[in-house]
Amino acid sequence: MGLGRRLNNVDDTQHQLAWRVGGPQGSGVDSAAGIFSRACALGGLNVLGRREYYSNIMGRHSYYDVRVSDAEITCHRDRVDLLTTFEAESLARHFISVVEGGAIVFSEKDEDTPLDKITYLDPRAARDLTAMLEDSDLPASTAGTLEYARGHGVNTFRIDFDAVVETLAERLGAPQAIAARTLNTLAVAVSCALVGYEVEYVHEALAKTWPGRQKIIDMNVSAVSLAYEIVRDSLDTSGFDIELHATRSRESRIFLNGSQAVALGKMAGGLAFQSYYPISPATDESVFLEAHQNFTTKDGGSGAVVVVQTEDEISAFGMAAAASLTGARSSTATSGPGLALMVEGMGWAGINEAPIVVTLYQRGGPSTGLPTRSEQGDLNLALYGGSGDFPRIVLASSDLTESFYDAAQAFNYAERYQTPVVHLIDKALSSQTQTVPPFDMDPVRIERGSIADPERDNPDGGDFPRFRVTESGVSPRSLLGTAGLTHWTTGGEHTEVGRVTEDPVVREQQMEKRMRKLDLAASEIPLAEKLQVYGNPEAAFTLLSWGSNKGGILEAMDMLKVDGVEARLLQVRLMSPFPREELSELIESAAPLVAVESSFSAQLAQALRQHTGRACEHLVLKYNGRPMSARELYGAFKEILGGAAERRVVLRNPYE
Amino acid sequence: MTTATKEPKKVTAKDFQVSSPVDWCPGCGDFGILSALQQSLARLGRQPHEVAVVAGIGCSGKTHYYLNAYGVHTLHGRMLPYATGIKLANPEMTVVGVGGDGDGMGIGAAHFVNSGRRNVDMTYILFNNAVYGLTKGQAAPTLPLGLQTKSLPKPNVQGQINSLMLAMASGFTWIGRAYSYNVKHLVELMVKAIEHEGLSYLDVLQPCPTYNNLYTKDWFAGKDLAGGMPRIYNLQDEGYDPVISEGMDDTEVFEKINAFTQKAHEWGEEIPAGVFLDNRAITTFGERISEQVPTYLTQPPCRRRIADDRGHATADLSSIFEELRIT
Repeated sequence: MGLGRRLNNVDDTQHQLAWRVGGPQGSGVDSAAGIFSRACALGGLNVLGRREYYSNIMGRHSYYDVRVSDAEITCHRDRVDLLTTFEAESLARHFISVVEGGAIVFSEKDEDTPLDKITYLDPRAARDLTAMLEDSDLPASTAGTLEYARGHGVNTFRIDFDAVVETLAERLGAPQAIAARTLNTLAVAVSCALVGYEVEYVHEALAKTWPGRQKIIDMNVSAVSLAYEIVRDSLDTSGFDIELHATRSRESRIFLNGSQAVALGKMAGGLAFQSYYPISPATDESVFLEAHQNFTTKDGGSGAVVVVQTEDEISAFGMAAAASLTGARSSTATSGPGLALMVEGMGWAGINEAPIVVTLYQRGGPSTGLPTRSEQGDLNLALYGGSGDFPRIVLASSDLTESFYDAAQAFNYAERYQTPVVHLIDKALSSQTQTVPPFDMDPVRIERGSIADPERDNPDGGDFPRFRVTESGVSPRSLLGTAGLTHWTTGGEHTEVGRVTEDPVVREQQMEKRMRKLDLAASEIPLAEKLQVYGNPEAAFTLLSWGSNKGGILEAMDMLKVDGVEARLLQVRLMSPFPREELSELIESAAPLVAVESSFSAQLAQALRQHTGRACEHLVLKYNGRPMSARELYGAFKEILGGAAERRVVLRNPYE
Repeated sequence: MTTATKEPKKVTAKDFQVSSPVDWCPGCGDFGILSALQQSLARLGRQPHEVAVVAGIGCSGKTHYYLNAYGVHTLHGRMLPYATGIKLANPEMTVVGVGGDGDGMGIGAAHFVNSGRRNVDMTYILFNNAVYGLTKGQAAPTLPLGLQTKSLPKPNVQGQINSLMLAMASGFTWIGRAYSYNVKHLVELMVKAIEHEGLSYLDVLQPCPTYNNLYTKDWFAGKDLAGGMPRIYNLQDEGYDPVISEGMDDTEVFEKINAFTQKAHEWGEEIPAGVFLDNRAITTFGERISEQVPTYLTQPPCRRRIADDRGHATADLSSIFEELRIT
């Protein structure tokens, strides 16, 4: 992905919008966002969605940001044009995040709710908001928030959703409870009507949402018509001039999230066995795999992934590691607390040279931490978790397309170097929904590494030297069940045939053989898979980052460019073996070198210093569990460029 | 890949033997189990490469080193997940798990219980000597409350797990018990356990001559008893019928469970051995997977063709892309 036309360069404001919908978990926030996203995508716009939710099934506040544009989008926007709310809590939490000239749609029933009557509003938020409203001589209620918004140039549109549902029920001749099921559609349609979006795409989105269920579609189409009527006839929209229009582009796009991209990449890469234990935010991948476990193959046959839900992560890892010994491409998916349980198994896979892939969906830590929020705090765990030394490949993806190809490539690394691979994702990326061009299967290659042949590699029969000491460190691998290649595997130090030994010389040979594979990987893996450089490669102002931060950084760099500031981003993709030489060269001219990471301790910056000796001059950090926005990053970069910044610049946003 | 090119010769126990020295203590009950396993696999006509012996950690965890087959030494307590992974990825292999009572009933108890739910077609042999041998004689979860073996500073303050009852409650579909010094009976039971289609559990009582000075060879032989008769007797000699067959009505099944429960609790002067349960009415995990993945047995995960001759992926994901397609 090059530095193409992105949002701040766009003159045509008719084709972009940042929309937010908030409501209690379980009330249909996700469905509303889905309908809105599809309506925009069907109109030819690019869509990027960001989902924020609590570790809760029902009732707690969740919200969804959908950003749309005819240009490429890499990041959410934390200040939105249009906020749609279902309840008072959303007003309280998000009124502050609407841009001047933007609008808030709210329900009449929520017009005047005291903040202290909002059940799930965190006491800290209630206190701070109360103080802020009182400073402006406004009441500590939703009425105060609405007044505050109006005072800052935000339009507020009140809709009596109860009455609307009643009207709809009459029109449909249906009970009110049935008509009330269209509430999400009504909310979406009100938003679409407010910005003048072409209604036919909303209709088409309904058909996509409920394929084949004509009765439901018809009912929702009526709701859309009613919402457009209400906006046209009953709202005074004279002060609101934000518009959104379809481009009618029909370029081929798929609409999916990060965990689906990973699951598809694994299937493309030949995954045959996946074991997992449910844990947020990793579970979605395994569920998707199981739902799609049977598929066809290009040679007219069929493929399948066996998916097993285990009793814990220890079992999930062990099952997949053992399955990998038979020749089945095997993996598991987990998040930090799960990997913490798997690290003993990681060492086992390392010493047994078992090609297992672990997809690590990072969330806020430590311990249970922030189970449904994002962080990049598990890099050290991925790099160093486990006892003793063993080689491991660690790679990190930064967007959906990369996640797909990396998920497939992870198996090639695992089998080429016969060692565990950790593929790092973060929650922000896994739950990011986006329209992307369909993934091209053509670049996906399957490289199975060195597999032993009995006649070639063990002509005399007898115990097979599975762990033969070789120059490269890689030994031909016997697949369990193969005649003429029996041997032992063990977590103990072992001889070439896998018998436990404590012999000092054999120990040294085996340790050195295993660790040589890292040098091999470092020499073979191409630069583009190790790191990517974005922006002006000659720029002194150098950002070092990884994972999902990339999206925000690219947009912030575009904003800097408008100010005449050239910048470059070094996005590290391969964390182990660490691209020491390549980075050393690149950072020589960096002035300043700024690490951007979603963690307290900047674990990539630590690794860089460990390997190169170079400490970053600044660390731009965020660890409140929410992804970085371009606006926040731009602010931090300006502060650094202005010379006023401390070494650590922490991005803080109390309203997300 | 798993089929030998030459006509396989008839296997004998010798084919499963290795020449390396065995480092168990003299008189260890493990010897009987090892010998029985080699004889059983030969009697079943398995070729060494068709067998995976998967082990936990401890003295019992060395069994597979003294046996010629694919030997997989796993982590402490984790034998069952690894054995499960091998069997599910390569269903043609005969998978036998071996491990101690601490490994299986202590650190690995979660895997023991949940393996019962899956009923994967494999065998678990528990080396039950009531102590942790390799760490020098601590109480295992199978040591009864209040007993004090010689290396314990105080009597055991934790209760005992009845592994037969736990196996039953967890869903193991074949449950038996044997004594390691009665190799003939042990072989008979091992063959049945391995032949059973589903997850079998064989509890093998064994002396630890170094650390368990209570459950000794003489104790099992009943030398301390008035009549001097061996403690262990064969359930099948007294006509105990362990079979639950498909279609059996609830009343009959409950009677079987009651009889099982009674026998599983018998301990002291008389200790039952033999087949406690042979439940043929439960599907195996492989059968359950086959229902969801029709190609599971014809193209098991270990042998699925994932690339063409040029290394291109064979997966055709177009139908899923179609499902996700928006424009």
